[in-house]
Formats: sequence, C-alpha cells, structure tokens
Amino acid sequence: MTAIPVPLDHVFVLAATLFLIGFTGVLVRRNVIFLLMSLEIMLNACGLAFVAAGAHWGAPDGQVMYMLVLSLAAAEAALALGLILQMERRFRHLDIDAISELKG
Amino acid sequence: MSAPLQLLAWVPALPLIGFLILVVTEGRLGKLPVALVGVGSVGGAALLALLVSLRFVQSEQDVYVQTLWQWLAVDGFGPTIRLYFDGLAMVMVGVITGVGFLIHLYATGYMAEEEGYSRFFAYMNLFVFAMLMLVLGDNLLVLYLGWEGVGLCSYLLIGFFHTDPANGYAARKAFVVTRIGDTAMIFGLFLLVRELGSLDIQTVLHSAHASWPEGSSINTLIALLLLGGAVGKSAQLPLQTWLPDAMAGPTPVSALIHAATMVTAGVYLIARLNDIFLLSPAAHLVVACVGLATLLIAAFSALAQTDLKRILAYSTISQIGYMFFALGVGAWSAAIFHLLTHAFFKALLFLCAGSVILALHHEQNVLRMGGLWRKLPIPFFCMLVGAAALAALPLTSGYYSKHAILLTSFDAESIGPWFWGVASVAAFITGLYSTRMIFLVFFGTQKTEPHDRSGWNMTLPLLVLAVLALGGGWFGLNAVAGVLPDGGVKHGEHAAWLAWATTLIPIAGVLLGCVLYGYRKTESATDAAPQPLRGESIAGFLRGGWGFDSLYDALLVKPFVALARLMKGDPVDSVFVATAAVARLLHKITATTQSGQLRWYAASMGIGLAVALLLAVLV
Repeated sequence: MTAIPVPLDHVFVLAATLFLIGFTGVLVRRNVIFLLMSLEIMLNACGLAFVAAGAHWGAPDGQVMYMLVLSLAAAEAALALGLILQMERRFRHLDIDAISELKG
Repeated sequence: MSAPLQLLAWVPALPLIGFLILVVTEGRLGKLPVALVGVGSVGGAALLALLVSLRFVQSEQDVYVQTLWQWLAVDGFGPTIRLYFDGLAMVMVGVITGVGFLIHLYATGYMAEEEGYSRFFAYMNLFVFAMLMLVLGDNLLVLYLGWEGVGLCSYLLIGFFHTDPANGYAARKAFVVTRIGDTAMIFGLFLLVRELGSLDIQTVLHSAHASWPEGSSINTLIALLLLGGAVGKSAQLPLQTWLPDAMAGPTPVSALIHAATMVTAGVYLIARLNDIFLLSPAAHLVVACVGLATLLIAAFSALAQTDLKRILAYSTISQIGYMFFALGVGAWSAAIFHLLTHAFFKALLFLCAGSVILALHHEQNVLRMGGLWRKLPIPFFCMLVGAAALAALPLTSGYYSKHAILLTSFDAESIGPWFWGVASVAAFITGLYSTRMIFLVFFGTQKTEPHDRSGWNMTLPLLVLAVLALGGGWFGLNAVAGVLPDGGVKHGEHAAWLAWATTLIPIAGVLLGCVLYGYRKTESATDAAPQPLRGESIAGFLRGGWGFDSLYDALLVKPFVALARLMKGDPVDSVFVATAAVARLLHKITATTQSGQLRWYAASMGIGLAVALLLAVLV
C-alpha cells in the first residue's frame, strides 16, 4: 500500500495547536506539575514541526533538532522536578500563584 | 661660640615648658605652684635673655645664629628651625620677656579671684613662646608659625571669660579679622617661594636685591601682601576694628598682647623685611599713608571713648600707627624705638587701668570714676607717668621716640611737611585725650567707692614700668643701628622752630585738656548716666570708631549672612536631588511589572513574541 503523505500544512496546524494548548496550560494552570506538563507539550509541538519539516524536504536537520529538543526536555524535566521537590518542602503546596517572592 | 650665647634656645623653651606643665596638670595644681610655674618660666626666660644680650653686646658680633634642627626638606625647599639673634631681635626679646615677666607678676594678683587661674597662665606662657619664635625665627615659615601661634593665644585670651557670649564674639571677631591679613601674608610668602625659592630671611633680602629692579611690580605685590598681614596683626586701617573689642579679655592680656607685644608684630615684620619695602617706593609710601590715616583716626576715636580700656585700645592703634608711619617715612630705628617705649608706657597704662578697674569692682566707665587720686595713689602716680609718656611730654620716654619720628617725617620726599602736620595734629589730640583720661578717672567728684586690693605683686610691676616709661628714652637704641637701613635713631638737622613746634604741640594738647576737663568740678555727683552734650552725634560717631564696624557690617557681614541663609537649603544640591527623584520614579514604574507572578511573565513573553512575529510577517 502506498503511503499518502500527510500534507505539511496539516502537520504545522497540528503543531501550532499543540503549542497553543501547552501555552494556554502554562498561563492558566496553578499547579506547578501541570505547568511542567504543559511545557512538555509545547516542546513536543516544536519537535513535531521540526520532524515534519525535515521529512518533507528530505533533510536530516529536522531529526537532529528533534534530538536536541528531546535532550533539552529531559534535562529540563530533571531540573524542574528537583525544583518542585524543593517547593513542596518549603511552602508545603504547589500553587504557583501563592509564591511571589520576586515581586518588585 | 661661647657657652652663654647657646642659652638662647632656652629663652623660648622655658615658657613652652611652663605651658606644657600647666596643660598636663589640667588645673589640678594650687594657685601658688601655678604662679611659680607661670611667672617663673617667663622670669627665667627674661633672666636668660638678659644674660645672652649682655654676652652678645660684649662679643661685638653682628649676629648670632643657632641652628636647632631641620624642619623639613622637600625638593630644594628646606626650612630650618634656626634662631637668629641680632640687635633687632635683642630689643624684641627684651620687651617680650621683660615686660612679659612684669605683666605675668601683676596677673598673679589681678587674676587671683578668677576662675581658670591655671588655664590663664598656660595661655600666657604659650603666647610668650609663640611671640619669641616669631621674633627669633630666621625663616619666614618659623616666623609665620609664631605669627599664627600668637593669633591663637590672642583668640583664647580675649575669650577667656567664656561664659559671656559677647566675649566669645569679640574673640571670633579678632580671629577672623586678623585672619584676613594672615591670608594676604601667606600669599605673599607663597610668592616669595615661587620667585626667590627660599623663605630664609637673609637669603630673601639678598636675592631680592639681586633679582628685582627697584619698583618691580612683583616686588610691590609681595610687599603689599606682607603689609596686609602686618596691618591685620597690628590693627591698622582698614583692619583695625578688632582691637577695641579685644578689650573683652582680662586686663593683663590687654597689656601684654594687645599693647606691648603681639600688635607690634606687624612693625617687626616690616622692619625685618625692610629691603623688600625699600625696593618698592610705592609700597613704602602705602605703609606711611596707612600709618598716618590710622594714627589720626584712632586718636580722634580715643577722645570720645567712655570705657577706660577702649581709650587705651584706640590709643594703642594710634601709637602703632605712628610706628607704621615711621617705617613708611624711613625712620626705621625710630619706629623700633617707639615700639620699645610704647611697650613700657602702654603696658604701664593698662596695668594702672587694671588696678583702678579692680578697685572699682570691674567698673570700666570713666564717667563713673573720678576723684580717685587720694584713694589710689600708686596707680594715680604711675598712670600720670604713663600718660605723660603717651602724650610725649619732654624728658619722658615717649618724647624721644615720637620726636624722632615727627622730625624724620618732615624730611620725607615732597610731602614731608604735610606728613609732619597731620602727625602733629594727632600728637596734639594724644595730649588732649591723655589729659581727659587722667582728669575723668582721678579728679573731680568721686562717684564710686574704691577698694584697693593690690598687693606687692601688683604694685611692683607698676613701679618698675613707671621707671622704664620715664627713663626708657635714654636707652638711645644703638642696638638696631647695624640692622636697620637708617643706621640708628636720628634727629637730623632741622630748623629750630621745627624742633620747638614738635616739642610744644603735645604740651599745648595737654594744656587744652587741663582747661577743658580740669574745671569740671561742678558736675553733679549723680550723673552716672552720661548727659546729652553738645556735639553728641559727632562724639557718638567717634566713639563708634568712625563707623567702620557698621560699614563692614553692611558691606561684608550682612551680605555674607544673607548668602549663608540662601545657601542653607543648598540650592546646588537640588539638581542632584532631582536626578535621584527621577530615577526613583522610573524605578517605581518599572517595578510594577515585576509582579512575581510566573504566568504574567510567560504571558508577556508570549505577547511580545507574537508582536515580533507579526511585525516580521507584515513588514
């Protein structure tokens, strides 16, 4: 069976939608864990766009960039989970709105 | 060098040691030890000065120099602390230690009832030390050290009775006014260093001759700046206003500092640096004119004073005016001669005034005195001698010195007779106010009951000074002949009428005084308050010292105070305050964006990115 290529535009619309969903999550969620998950969605939306573009133009750059995004996401998750642990210890909650120590 | 001459260093050292002892003990000593240290140190210095002077005269050398140590050495400029003893210094040291010793002795009695006995003698000893450094210094920097030292002691002693704010004001006034002169003088010294590269007096005089033509402008400028310092210290026009107020100090202070020694420092300075003035005829003429104006103005002011000490203060200004006048007309030796005799008779007058004031329980108004000659015979007799010498009656010391000055002034180029005429008018006035003072204090009806409280320690200095005021004229003063350019006191060849007129004019003043003030016995005994007299407005003008105080008040003090009041809010600073305020406002505005809310930051980033992309797509 021959594969019918998914049009590039569709993939981009999907990636943009995923990105906006993630971004909205970052803006509206109060729990830090959900914030982190929303960030992961945004990163994956970027990765999807890179892979799709790389496949469409037959260039390996897209996959290379995806590897980069993947490792970035892993590192970021490790750091963020550590921060979340600290936050839990200090404030006994995970509400992002309740901590505003940097208010000018 | 023979051994006794090396004792010279101990002459200033003894008063310094006395001062240190009195300062370190902080007034814990009793009155007798304080008096022993305070008077003994100056007495010892006087004795040593006498020994050194005798040895110096015997040795027939022109000058004895004793190097103590190097003060500092910076790039070729190395002032040394070196004592320079010649005829001029000998006369000055003799006056300072001799008259100083008598006044210290007198002060043990005068200050016996006062607070701060030890403090008083500490200041007095420091003063004698500073004054000795001034006249013995071989270097203008050392001279300036002594110059400022005596200014400091003058300030401390004028404000000695510090519980009365008026005394503190008088002290500050004296300090600030003399500071104006001192500032001029230090600029003169700076110029000397720049032009001649040295402050050593002998080097300066030699190289001034070598490097400046007569009448060069830099020389005139330096001479005028130095004259400014001398004018401030010696209370000459236009800086004379501090001396009458300086009478707020204890009377021995007025006698020592404000009559006999410190105020004559300006005369000494000009006499010491005579070549600087000889090279500049213009500056030399200014010296004469300053002296002439001062002696006349101050003599008229003395005529109208009602405070006994202020009479003597204006008289001092006037007599120092004679010294400046003498320096200006080239009678160098006569000026120093008058300095010497004036130190005797004016110290005598002040100490007599002190005895009278003490006997009257610190009453200083001559209008409330009178008829005291029976009750206070010794002060009366001594004051009579002093006043006679002040008025330059023949055979007193003041006669010889003033006679020499007046006769020499007649010879001054082109305007000599005018000089002589004006100075003679002032001599007439001097006779008049001396007589007025004597009559108001000692004759007429008695208005206040005196209590003579003076012991031997106050009487002895009076008698010794009276002898000196009478006979001091016979010293003849050959000592300064080799130092000063005119080679000794000269009376010159003059027409007989001139000599007679110069002698008779003061006598005429005294006689007129006798007529005016001698027949006032009908005055009622109750006129403690001065009654309005004819010509009271003129008298008031003269009493206020020709309105110089109010003139300076309007010209200098008031604008300065107004400026200070304007600057109190620091208008210049408001620029910087405004800068800070703008920065703080900007900070407040931007700080509101720092909400501490993560979502707010994320949203801003998102919106910013969207706007940037939109712009990139559209443009």
